[in-house]
Amino acid sequence: MTDAVVAASRLGLTFQTNDGPVEALSNVDLTIGKGEFVSFIGPSGCGKTTFLRVIADLEQPTAGTIAVNGMSPEMARKARAYGYVFQAAALYPWRTIERNVALPLEIMGISAAEQRERIKRTLDLVNLTGFEKKYPWQLSGGMQQRASIARALAFDADLLLMDEPFGALDEIVRDHLNEQLLVLWARTQKTICFVTHSIPEAVYLSTKIVVMSPRPGRVTDVIESTLPKERPLDIRESPEFLAIAHRVREGLRAGHSYED
Amino acid sequence: MSGLRVSWQGALASCLALVAAFLLPIASPDAAFAAHGVSMFVAFMAIGLVWIAAIVDGSRVGPAARAAVLFLAAHGMVWLLLSEIGDRNGVARSSFFVLLAAAWLLAWRLATVLSSIRFAGRTADTMMRLLVPALFGAWILIIWEAVVRGAGIPFILLPPPSAIGARIAGSVPILAADVYQTIFKAVLTGYVLGCAAGFVVAILADRFLFLRRGLMPIGNMVSALPIIGVAPIMVMWFGFDWQSKAAVVVIMTFFPMLVNTVAGLAASGHMERDLMRTYASSYSQTLTKLRLPAAAPFIFNALKINSTLALIGAIVAEFFGTPIVGMGFRISTEIGRMNVDMVWAEIAVAALAGSVFYGVVALLERAVTFWHPSIRGG
Repeated sequence: MTDAVVAASRLGLTFQTNDGPVEALSNVDLTIGKGEFVSFIGPSGCGKTTFLRVIADLEQPTAGTIAVNGMSPEMARKARAYGYVFQAAALYPWRTIERNVALPLEIMGISAAEQRERIKRTLDLVNLTGFEKKYPWQLSGGMQQRASIARALAFDADLLLMDEPFGALDEIVRDHLNEQLLVLWARTQKTICFVTHSIPEAVYLSTKIVVMSPRPGRVTDVIESTLPKERPLDIRESPEFLAIAHRVREGLRAGHSYED
Repeated sequence: MSGLRVSWQGALASCLALVAAFLLPIASPDAAFAAHGVSMFVAFMAIGLVWIAAIVDGSRVGPAARAAVLFLAAHGMVWLLLSEIGDRNGVARSSFFVLLAAAWLLAWRLATVLSSIRFAGRTADTMMRLLVPALFGAWILIIWEAVVRGAGIPFILLPPPSAIGARIAGSVPILAADVYQTIFKAVLTGYVLGCAAGFVVAILADRFLFLRRGLMPIGNMVSALPIIGVAPIMVMWFGFDWQSKAAVVVIMTFFPMLVNTVAGLAASGHMERDLMRTYASSYSQTLTKLRLPAAAPFIFNALKINSTLALIGAIVAEFFGTPIVGMGFRISTEIGRMNVDMVWAEIAVAALAGSVFYGVVALLERAVTFWHPSIRGG
């Protein structure tokens, strides 16, 4: 258990709604090792975001166990063990980019000098140097999302949870940010959990792809990627890439077949 | 002269001037007063001004020159018309009102021309944007003055603005004392206390569920209290001086602030609040760094609503007993003495003070919530 960043066993979560109970997660067994890049892929309602929120202690599981860095998610959250990137940038419009990145640092009581140093370093990491004094609404969607990644990186948690961070961006910007994300991952050695709808995105980024299916939300396949760590964008035309993509698609189809 | 493009205001004004020419003279002749010839000369000068302005406006000269001619013609005409009436109220005949309408059309055209002028400089552009509303305001007063004097409306019903202006100029010490008593003592004290109390209670209601459940319905009831009923009771409790008026203002401003702040504290998005949770942020950190800034537009809404409510509250409360100073006191006593010009003077000062109060709060709002889409414009 020592080097498992996330360890879930027989994890289940049932929401009580007005239409009766909904099983968002059922019997999820998953271990995520240190330094891995894990993608969660599946159709809407398969529980991939819910699983990420359980890791982040934003939802409470109703069955099974989960450990984050060997402790409960609540303890991990209070120990500031992870940075979370949401579907939208969720930057505060009354703060400049640098003050947005400083937000977690202020809350965690980090000294002003240390804050300046970290803001500079993380904004450099996401290529936003020169935009420190701008307000979020003065930047494009892609830049806003990069600023929100910088904010999640600023306090140096080893685990990065990303919930469809590029879902609202167009294909070209998304390709560019995917490439930058891989560079960033290689430089920072973080563990990344990444929720996505896109098969190419999942295959391109991940060392491990978790395929999920809905009703109840469950894991149908876990694919260890055989792609090298160094990945130029055109690796996406290689036969190896296409083979993994094919297996992901098969997994998604298998999860759906009983419905038709 | 193929380029003559007369605006519809210009064309209509010219037609009205033509009609007026057949309805002369402007004022009923007064044997003891002006000679008939002079009167006719003035009338034709006014008619001539309309035509000159309409033709210049339709020609190809620059907008600045056209604006200057329209300005001189419209205001020159009014000056001619009013000087023809002199102090003989109610002697105007139909041509007076027809020519007044023509002058007003020229002023309308002037506002249109001014609105279309673009300046490169920022200050000049700002001046221009202030000039058009100023022109509007001035013409409300001009038409008021001309109609009241021309038709001879009794002074007690509606005094002309010139009389009100003269009364304001002649009563500056009294007005200043009233403003000091009502606005600087009662309104400002009550406003600050009422808004602060509403804000603090809103925070408490947000923090403690039992307060939210228990207090909000009572707050609702307080807001429904009729001010006319509350004011005399406050006078009984807090005496005749400004303290009782401040108490009325507190009651009036408390609830809008409470409701708006409570709504504002709920305004931050789920994602932003989840974000604070992922940082293991404390209640007070989330409050100061996320929820209060997000609530600022709501809070300023309450501050703006309250700036006008406070003034109304203090003035009405003074009807129920005051020392012999204060705007409400002055209005209630001077109307009894038929000094309507003094009542109007107080109304004008109250309107001015209320606008300044509101304007200051609105400027503060622009500075604080500069990031809000309604202010940054996008």
